[in-house]
Amino acid sequence: MSRFLFTFIVLFLIWLGFTTSLATAELITGAVLSLIIASFSYKTFTVEGLGFFSPRRVVLIIKYLFVFMIALIKANIDVAKRVISPKLPINPGIVEYKTQLTNPTAVTILANSITLTPGTLTVDVIDNSLFIHWIDVTTKDPEGIVREIGEDFEKILKEFFK
Amino acid sequence: MGVVEIIGWVIIVIGVAFLFLGALGLFRMPDVYSRMQTATKSVTFGTMGTIFGVGLVHPEWFWKTLIIAVFIAISNPISSHALARGSYKMGIRPFTKEENMDDLEPVVDKSEDEEE
Amino acid sequence: MILYILIVLGLATFFVVHRGLKGPTPSDRIVALDNITTITTAGLVLLGLYFDRYIYIDVALIYGVLSFIGVLTLARYLEGGL
Repeated sequence: MSRFLFTFIVLFLIWLGFTTSLATAELITGAVLSLIIASFSYKTFTVEGLGFFSPRRVVLIIKYLFVFMIALIKANIDVAKRVISPKLPINPGIVEYKTQLTNPTAVTILANSITLTPGTLTVDVIDNSLFIHWIDVTTKDPEGIVREIGEDFEKILKEFFK
Repeated sequence: MGVVEIIGWVIIVIGVAFLFLGALGLFRMPDVYSRMQTATKSVTFGTMGTIFGVGLVHPEWFWKTLIIAVFIAISNPISSHALARGSYKMGIRPFTKEENMDDLEPVVDKSEDEEE
Repeated sequence: MILYILIVLGLATFFVVHRGLKGPTPSDRIVALDNITTITTAGLVLLGLYFDRYIYIDVALIYGVLSFIGVLTLARYLEGGL
């Protein structure tokens, strides 16, 4: 039941976002559609149900977004510098990043965040190692890779999915 | 013109500048993975900036533009990750300046041997 | 003002289309396509501001969703799973 409710709430919020109107007809249509879709998709949609929303997690989400935005802006200034400079200062390669996270959702979020942070792009995920295309490889040592690429994200995600 | 509107215009201009740089990177980079790097980052950030800026210039549209910006921030890394994975499986290897820079190659070769 | 911004967007699209025509691999072309769609989303929103019509925002949203699905399908095709 809790899983069903969680799916319903998320779907309804997405509906509200896409229509951005509070007219009664829109709300009723959205609620009915969310009910129908939630009734057959809740089993694959979520594992935890309503436990997902807890105050501790909301704080962590805000913190994560903050870290993420800063990394995104840094990434773009970095890329812009590389593109503008006439010599193209790059030294690309693919490195293996071993993550400690076990939850598949957490690994997905980590992979996506890594793609948007400075100089890195996730190419493949096999079990718990992420293969990352790094535009300027500065170190080949596994701990150094973790420290350079995704330590901040991983710390927050570990606490989130504990 | 209010202060918010001016901030909106500034964000639009910054966003378009980054979009342009991303396109230039797509033009200049040596191989498909590096191109994906510049393309995903700069183009995503630029598009987010432009759309968010329009939301600030036109406050009635703010929520919708925010939704589009968030959607692009989520969807673009996913599609470029899928593309990178697809190109690697297809057999395109990244351009490297030094030897032994590709950690994924041995893993893929091993799994291909097992399939045979 | 918006006109000049749109001209810059057009120039950006020119570089991306150049990459798409030149290749050399299929992935390059698909990456170019992906970026053209993203730039077009931004362009649509700006056009909405230029003509002062709300409908462009809706179109941009649906365009973004559909192009995302399209690129995912193409990526799957590259991988050989289609």
